[in-house]
Amino acid sequence: MQLPNPETLLADITAKIAEKINPNSALVGIHSGGVWLMRRVLETLKADIPFGTLDAALYRDDYAARGLKTNLKPSDIAFDVTDKHIILIDDIFYTGRTTRAAMNELFDYGRPASITLVVLINRGGAQLPITPNITGAEILLQADQNLQLSQDTKGKLHLEIEQNNA
Amino acid sequence: MKIHIKNGHVIDPRNNLDAKQDVFIAAGKVAGIGSAPDGFVANQTIDAAGLIVSPGFVDLSARLREPGSDYKATLKTELQAAIAGGVTSLACPPDTTPVLDEPGLVEMLKHRAKLLNLAHVYPLGALTRRLEGKLLTEMNALSNAGCVGFSQADNAMTDTLVLWRAFEYAATFGYTIFLRAEDYYLAQNGVAHDGEIASRLGLKGIPAAAESLAIASILRIAQQTNTRIHLCRISSAEGVELIRAAKKNGVQVSADVSTQHCHLTEMDIGYFNAHANLKPPLRSTRDKSALCQGLKDGTIDAICSDHTPVNDDAKLLPFAEAEPGASGLELLLPLALKWAADNKASMADAIAKITSHPAQILNIAAGDLSVNANADIAIFSPEAEWKVQASQLKSQGKNTPYLGQSMLGQVQYTLLNGQLTFQNNQLESQ
Amino acid sequence: MHNPQLDANGELKHLLTIEGLPKRILNQILDTAETFVGVAERDIKKVPLLRGKTVCNIFFENSTRTRTTFEIAAKRLSADVINLNVGTSSQSKGETILDTVDNLIAMHADMFVVRHAQSGAAHFIAQHVPDNISVINAGDGRHAHPTQGLLDVFTVRRYKPDMHNLRVALVGDVLHSRVARSEIHALTTLGVPEVRVIAPKTLLPADVEKLGVQVFHDMKNGLKDVDVVMMLRLQNERMTGALLPSAQEYFKTFGLTQEMLNHAKPDAIVMHPGPMNRGVEIDSSVADGSQSVILPQVTYGIAVRMAVMAILGGGQSAGGIS
Repeated sequence: MQLPNPETLLADITAKIAEKINPNSALVGIHSGGVWLMRRVLETLKADIPFGTLDAALYRDDYAARGLKTNLKPSDIAFDVTDKHIILIDDIFYTGRTTRAAMNELFDYGRPASITLVVLINRGGAQLPITPNITGAEILLQADQNLQLSQDTKGKLHLEIEQNNA
Repeated sequence: MKIHIKNGHVIDPRNNLDAKQDVFIAAGKVAGIGSAPDGFVANQTIDAAGLIVSPGFVDLSARLREPGSDYKATLKTELQAAIAGGVTSLACPPDTTPVLDEPGLVEMLKHRAKLLNLAHVYPLGALTRRLEGKLLTEMNALSNAGCVGFSQADNAMTDTLVLWRAFEYAATFGYTIFLRAEDYYLAQNGVAHDGEIASRLGLKGIPAAAESLAIASILRIAQQTNTRIHLCRISSAEGVELIRAAKKNGVQVSADVSTQHCHLTEMDIGYFNAHANLKPPLRSTRDKSALCQGLKDGTIDAICSDHTPVNDDAKLLPFAEAEPGASGLELLLPLALKWAADNKASMADAIAKITSHPAQILNIAAGDLSVNANADIAIFSPEAEWKVQASQLKSQGKNTPYLGQSMLGQVQYTLLNGQLTFQNNQLESQ
Repeated sequence: MHNPQLDANGELKHLLTIEGLPKRILNQILDTAETFVGVAERDIKKVPLLRGKTVCNIFFENSTRTRTTFEIAAKRLSADVINLNVGTSSQSKGETILDTVDNLIAMHADMFVVRHAQSGAAHFIAQHVPDNISVINAGDGRHAHPTQGLLDVFTVRRYKPDMHNLRVALVGDVLHSRVARSEIHALTTLGVPEVRVIAPKTLLPADVEKLGVQVFHDMKNGLKDVDVVMMLRLQNERMTGALLPSAQEYFKTFGLTQEMLNHAKPDAIVMHPGPMNRGVEIDSSVADGSQSVILPQVTYGIAVRMAVMAILGGGQSAGGIS
């Protein structure tokens, strides 16, 4: 399958985010891919927008079955979430469960005015009534396929598909 | 009843016998070795081909828990364990409830044991009343009731003057005093050897010096008062050294080590294994080697089981709260054989440590197969391998640090006074 | 011998002692704790990880302080918490430890936090609980206090991140201290090259150097150029008698004053597991001084305990996903 160039998609979603920005906006990236994207968006926008990072692991619904993941990244939201228009950024949108966990975590910081979900790719397969507001591309994948965003040492983004053998 | 034990290999250390010989038994006594007495016609023949025929084993310390603690064990269960282990004579320490400090109690115990007719029981009388270390017992009366010596069991004797007088009084009549040497204050509340393991596990330690200091004073008093002394359950290299020197100097001293201490060390406590909570504590590898060496060169005369059955509830506690002790009558033989195998000693050496030597210490007619001796006999397979399992132990005490381990050497027949009292079930079913 | 703290996959099953735990697991706990430090700073100081789970604090030996930190940690993870002070109830009625534990198992507790005056009590309980229950040792006799050891190295790591280049001194009653044993194992496992103990001979266990520490009997030499000073608590009943002649003499010879602390590196930090005996093992001006990190220790203690519970409480094996 020919995958789109993530750099092109990033430019695309950055432009759409720029349209949404208002004085009460804040960016929040979900670890790890969402945080890379958020930092690139901030670089491009060159605006003084409050931002933070989330690792929704502590809110995940598969903890009871699968335990806590090992490479946990601390969530870091230094601004006051209450009444902010949050732009929540993730790399791949799949079941919607990560978004659910991230939203729950956000609400433990305060009551945002709104949340806009931005993803680089929607791979289909939502299991919850959640749809991204801004999407770079839609690519339908099988359940045994795993789409991974990575960042090389120069900061360039790459996409690849892995086949799950499990 | 006349029994012919044929094709067996006889080991009788007292008579320096270590050869293939037939044994003939008549009227409860050994009637002949090698050749049958004139006109001998056996009622029963035991084929001991491939087996060792040995004097029944003599154990210097087995707690039978009677009187007083039948929830831990009864005379019957423990004597059944004894004969399953080939033990036909055993000494029991006086720390029962009540303490064996009155002739009536001793007579009762002897009487009950005799009725069971499984093994000979030789009580050690209390050296002081209620083992409190203050007032002497009526040693003479206790001796007449059947006590073969006097002991404080695990109770300390803190008052040196009482100790001195007890020695003098016992020496008056030629009684032997059996003491486990341990300084009361240094050992107080301790549960493990005061070394690396106790430090790591945070257990209160008992230094080896607790033993050696006590041995040094006991030996000195024994020498001064000319008392025959037996030191029980030696656990430390320092202790072995002191005894070696005392023997060289002509002190009337003998000593034993338990089957636990000549094989296990502080490391066997592992993750707080309560079965390794023993008195005295398991010590270092160096101590263990010195004990094995002491056995080999004769500094330590005997190996004993230190059989101490403990009920499960009393072991199901954190290490320091668990009751110390290990069940051991059924493991005496394999662990004595293992000592010989591990230390390049002969099987006859191992047998001597659990027959003739302890019999001599107790000054009883046992532990040999001389003609006219009591026909107390153990017949065992030195090669039979078996696994120590709680369900298989005859003793009511299933508490042993050897649970799950493989043993080499198993008793197949035990005879008491020329009567077959035990026969290995597995053998029967084969 | 199988380490009873680890499951078949080598992951943490119970936390009983630091000794024998691989460095990987210690780092996993410390890294996870970093995440939880932030939780306390939020509007809602709670995450839903242990929602619906019941954590049972079984304290056979009273300690309001330690029990409270475990309670806060469990509650911040959204667990239900039952506190049981057995020291004052059932034990005196002849109930055994296992009776108590069996009762709590029957009440469907998911995690036990255990404190007991006997070394090995936590191991003992861990051996007797069903597979789905985890046991956390909150202090057993003189043996171990692993969460305290972890929070102490967590604090060290926060102030002195280069663990491979540190000199740490433990001062005081090592003999009776489960904290000292856990600190020593945590520091040596994480690669701290020099761990010292400073104490009179009466307060050191036999063969203490085999735990991987250097022994000093005077403060001046012992504190020289150290980066971290970990003070140990001296129990009241040990201050006078055969272990030590008096509290005054102890303070003079082994108490931490600013003057003594000046022998350590200028940026050395001072720690204490609490509760402190001011004027016995530590001078007030040091305890409250700029080098003291005693209060941050308490804060981090909650994050570390949350991390331990979060790792033990989830999934069939911790670290299942990455």
